[in-house]
Amino acid sequence: MIDQKIVDPDYLLFEAPRTSEYITGSEAVREAIKRANVDMAIAYPITPQSESMHLVGDIYAQGYVKEYFRGENEFAVMSSVAGASMAGVRVFTATGGPGTMRAFEVFPTWAGARLPIVCAFMTRGINSPLTIQPDTIEMAYLLETGILMLHAENSQDLHDMLLMAFMVAEKTDVHIPVGVFADGFFVTHTRDKVNMLPEDCKLPSYDPYTSPVPVMDMENVPVRQMRDPFVMKSNFISYAAHASWQQEIDAAAERSRKYLNHYLGGLIDVEHEDADIFIVTSGTAVSQSREAIATAREEGINVGLVKIKSIRPFPGEEIRALASRSKGIIVPEFNRVGWLAKEICSVIDEPRKVVRGPRVFGGMTMPPELILAEIRRINQ
Amino acid sequence: MRESSYKVLPGPEGYLPPAAATMGVMLPDPGQAIMEGESVDRDTALRAAALKLIEARNPVFFPGPLILWDWKPGVAEKATALKELAEAVGAKMIPMPDYRPKYPMINPAIEVNPNHPNLTIWHNKIDVCLFIGVHCHYANLALKIIRGGTDCYTIAVCAEAGHEEAMISLRDAGLCELQRLRELVIELKGGKNQ
Repeated sequence: MIDQKIVDPDYLLFEAPRTSEYITGSEAVREAIKRANVDMAIAYPITPQSESMHLVGDIYAQGYVKEYFRGENEFAVMSSVAGASMAGVRVFTATGGPGTMRAFEVFPTWAGARLPIVCAFMTRGINSPLTIQPDTIEMAYLLETGILMLHAENSQDLHDMLLMAFMVAEKTDVHIPVGVFADGFFVTHTRDKVNMLPEDCKLPSYDPYTSPVPVMDMENVPVRQMRDPFVMKSNFISYAAHASWQQEIDAAAERSRKYLNHYLGGLIDVEHEDADIFIVTSGTAVSQSREAIATAREEGINVGLVKIKSIRPFPGEEIRALASRSKGIIVPEFNRVGWLAKEICSVIDEPRKVVRGPRVFGGMTMPPELILAEIRRINQ
Repeated sequence: MRESSYKVLPGPEGYLPPAAATMGVMLPDPGQAIMEGESVDRDTALRAAALKLIEARNPVFFPGPLILWDWKPGVAEKATALKELAEAVGAKMIPMPDYRPKYPMINPAIEVNPNHPNLTIWHNKIDVCLFIGVHCHYANLALKIIRGGTDCYTIAVCAEAGHEEAMISLRDAGLCELQRLRELVIELKGGKNQ
């Protein structure tokens, strides 16, 4: 293994000197995993994710990751990742689009089994006719799996969120998986300046003996016992135990808020807090919105930006507070169904204020003019 | 930080009570404890726990695998301190040796299980219980089921981040906290050990 110094996560993320590099989002994944003290990474290719796990394979060969292999398919990868995590190692994988869908059965079981897996999702379209182009629709399906969901705007976010994800996922009172989502191609395949951390530093190791469930250590007590089989009898007691189990996963997600607030500096970023109109969005739609907002403000329109960094847990109270004093909320999205607009409507008092769009999908880009047109319309 | 009006109190709260964390109850910060849904300082919680234990008609300790097995340095000392605390209180011990569902039926007189802890509470008519050494997920599961279906007062002595599902919960609790709790029990009883 490469010799790296273990440092305090707060030092690594907030204080360590950074150097700027002009790299792709896939390369940002490689750089984050280099510093994440990952024990095991398991790969299966799918565009636009393939390059990121290929690059993780390269750093395995260099001695930054203890174990790395290619699975049989996405379902096998996500199942293998679960086994590794149950056995008490820090594990990483990535997928996207149809890969996400193929593995889908496993994601709720990650959460239910309290596994602190970190997975990068490089989102793309999943519809037929086949598309490999950018689209965030897979996030709609993952909303209720119990996985924490962070949405990166750019390569810098992707790099930093991956490192933070391990720290949040592994807290005893959280201990559920974290998905870090980046818009495929827009982030993965474009170069951007990324302020990177020292290469000779890494996060502390994962301590599986602080897990809220027994780690599968077959050699040592008190954990020389298999995890209990899930309660599958047909009686009230087993139904009530199942229900309480699911509630405990929701509770774990709630407990993550304080850690995410610490690492992310809040679940949302707000620009122009006194605005009359807000663009509320996540991922690369944030960057497109910034351009529209700059033009609108030059025209004298008081419009602000809310960048949502955490989709699960959802910053409902933060958004409700901003919405109550705005006259309109515009939600640009890169998907057909408008899942983010639905989420926002579900937490604010006046859903009629929400413009559920503009939305583009199937690989289309989002011209800032589309967003600008909505800003002008609401301002009239 | 959100304000919560939700109280974690003895039940029975109902058919399926919500998880306290989803009602805005937050775990205590280091150095603090939680009492009925609110953060309090550790000493206040210890004193309240001692009082509940000595006032109980039938206090019972539920030790879990993390304290039943001598699996790492310091655990045997904690187990001894727990036994001394139980003697000071006059509490019985009913272990939670593992978490497997017990079929066709648990023997509630000799063990407690996270999937149906209410059976053990009802069978033994337990009015105050103390959880210790139970993995956090299973402790929360059991604590919530207990307040859903019984009127038992729950105390959790947790070595990790604590339990908002318990009516009183310590966090980062080790040997010192057990010894302090025993001192308080003896003090509140007027200096007499059981």
